[in-house]
Amino acid sequence: MSAPAPPTPAPGAISEFFWSGARRGQLMIQRCQACGTYIHLPRPVCRACHSFDLLGEPVSGRGSLYSFTETHRPFHPFFVDRVPYLVAVVELEEQAGLRVLTNLVRVAEADVRIGMAVQVEFERLSDDLTIPVFAPAVAA
Amino acid sequence: MATEAAAAVGVGYTKLTKASGRTVLDLATEAARSSAQDAGVPLAEIDGVVSFSVLDDSVSSEAVATTLALPELRYVMDFHQGGQSPCFMIQQAAMAVTQGYAKNVLVFRALNGRSGVRVGSGQFAGGAAQYRYPIGYNAYLMYIAMWAQRYLYETRTDPRALGEVAVAQRAYAERNERAIQRRPLDMDSYLASPMVAEPFRVADCTSEVDGACAVLVTTLERARDLRHPPAVIASAAYRAGARPGLDIGDQLLYDDYTRNFTSLLREELYRRADITAGDVDFAEIYDCFTAVVLMGLEGLGFCGRGEAGEFVRSGATGLNGGLPVNTHGGLLAEGYLHGMNTVAEAVLQIQGRCGDRQVARHDVGVVTSGALVDGSALVLTTDR
Repeated sequence: MSAPAPPTPAPGAISEFFWSGARRGQLMIQRCQACGTYIHLPRPVCRACHSFDLLGEPVSGRGSLYSFTETHRPFHPFFVDRVPYLVAVVELEEQAGLRVLTNLVRVAEADVRIGMAVQVEFERLSDDLTIPVFAPAVAA
Repeated sequence: MATEAAAAVGVGYTKLTKASGRTVLDLATEAARSSAQDAGVPLAEIDGVVSFSVLDDSVSSEAVATTLALPELRYVMDFHQGGQSPCFMIQQAAMAVTQGYAKNVLVFRALNGRSGVRVGSGQFAGGAAQYRYPIGYNAYLMYIAMWAQRYLYETRTDPRALGEVAVAQRAYAERNERAIQRRPLDMDSYLASPMVAEPFRVADCTSEVDGACAVLVTTLERARDLRHPPAVIASAAYRAGARPGLDIGDQLLYDDYTRNFTSLLREELYRRADITAGDVDFAEIYDCFTAVVLMGLEGLGFCGRGEAGEFVRSGATGLNGGLPVNTHGGLLAEGYLHGMNTVAEAVLQIQGRCGDRQVARHDVGVVTSGALVDGSALVLTTDR
C-alpha cells in the first residue's frame, strides 16, 4: 500500500518563486522593488506603495514565534501518521508584522514559547513538494 | 434609529440532528415556512428571500421561493460567507424593507452540516490555500486556535477561562430542548475532554448539526399588527479590518490576533442604537469556539482587556448574572447553524418567549456573527 500523498499546492504565476525557492532550500519572500516592503502572502500589488514591480527575494530565515497550535487530529490522510504536530505563525526578522504560516519541528510542545527565536529548515515531502518549516534557533 | 425601523417578527427551526435524512431544500423550506407561520404572515406576502452558504452547502433563495410558491420575489441575495453573515443578512433584509424594496423578507440558513458538507474541515480554495494545506493547517478550529493561543498569551488569561465559557453555556442548554448537547458539564468533565487543537478541547468546539433556521423581517409598522411583539432592529453593523484575507480560510494577514471584528464595529453599533454597553441586557455572541466569546465580551465593551475569563467565571454571563450570554447554549451546545440560530435566540428573548431560560431584563440585546477578522452584529430592542 502506498503512503497517502501530501496535499500539493498548485501555485500560480505570482507565487511559483516561493515553492521553487523551497525546493532549492531557500526561503523566498516577495519584495517591492520600488519601496523595499516585503509582502507575504504574495499579492499582485505592493501593500505600501501600490507598485506592481514585485519580485521574490531570499530572506534570512530567522524570526520569532508569534503563535502556534498543536493539532491532535488529522483532517487529511497524509497527516494520520504525523499527529500530533505543530502549526505556527512565525514573524520574520526582516520586517515587523511579516508573518509566515509554517510547521514547527524538532521541539516538544511543552518547550514551545511564544516569542522564541526560530530558524527556517526545509522538509521534502515529495518529489514535487518541499516546505519551509521552522525549528528553535541554535544560539550563535 | 432610522426614520422607519425594521423588526424581526418570527422565527422558524427544523429539528437539529446528526443525520437529518432529508435534503437541504426540504430543511430550508420547513424553517422558512415555520418563521412565517410563527409571525402570522401569509406566505403570499413574502417578497424577499436572503441566505448565505459556504462550500456550496445550501440551496438558493430562489429554490426556496419556488418550493414555498411565493408569488414573486422583489429582493434576493445568496451571500457567500459563513458565520460572518447572519446579522449582516438581517441588516440586508432591514434595509430592503425600510427602503420599500420589499415588504417581508425571509432570512434563512440551512445545511446538512453533520451528515453532509462539514465546513469545519472543508478545504477552501483561494490565494492562501497553497500555504495552508501542505503544512496540515486544514481545519477551521486550527485558525481560531492560532488566535486563541495568542490571545491567552498576550492577556495572561488562564486557559481554564475557555472551560468557564463551555460550562456556563451548557447550563443554558440544559434548559433548551432544541440543544443537541444537554448533558451537564462541569470543569472536571471539561478538563477531561480530549484536546483537539491546542488550546481547544472537544468541549470548546461547536456541535455540527443538520438543520435549518429562519427569521422573518418586516417594517416596525407592520410588525405591530402581527402575532408576537416586534424585535426592533435598532442597529446593525458589519466590519472587516485591513487585509481580511485572500480567501475565507486566510487570517494570516490581519495585524492583531487578540482582538476580533467586534472591537472594530462596537462604536458604530452602539452609536446607531444610541446605547452604551451598560444598556445591554443580554448578549448572544457567535461561538464556533469558546475563545470567540472571550474576544466578543471584550470587543463589545462588557469588560476590559484580558478580563473576560474572570467575567465569565464570576457568573456574570449566567441566567441570574448581570449579562446573560448565549442563552440557548450557543453554537457549542444548541448546534452549528452558523449563527442564524444565535440571531433567532435573541429575537425570542426580546419577545419574551424563552420559557425557563428567559432572561429577566430583555429590552436590549446584542447579537454577533463571526469569529475573527470580519463579522457583523445587531442591536435588537423591544418596541420602546
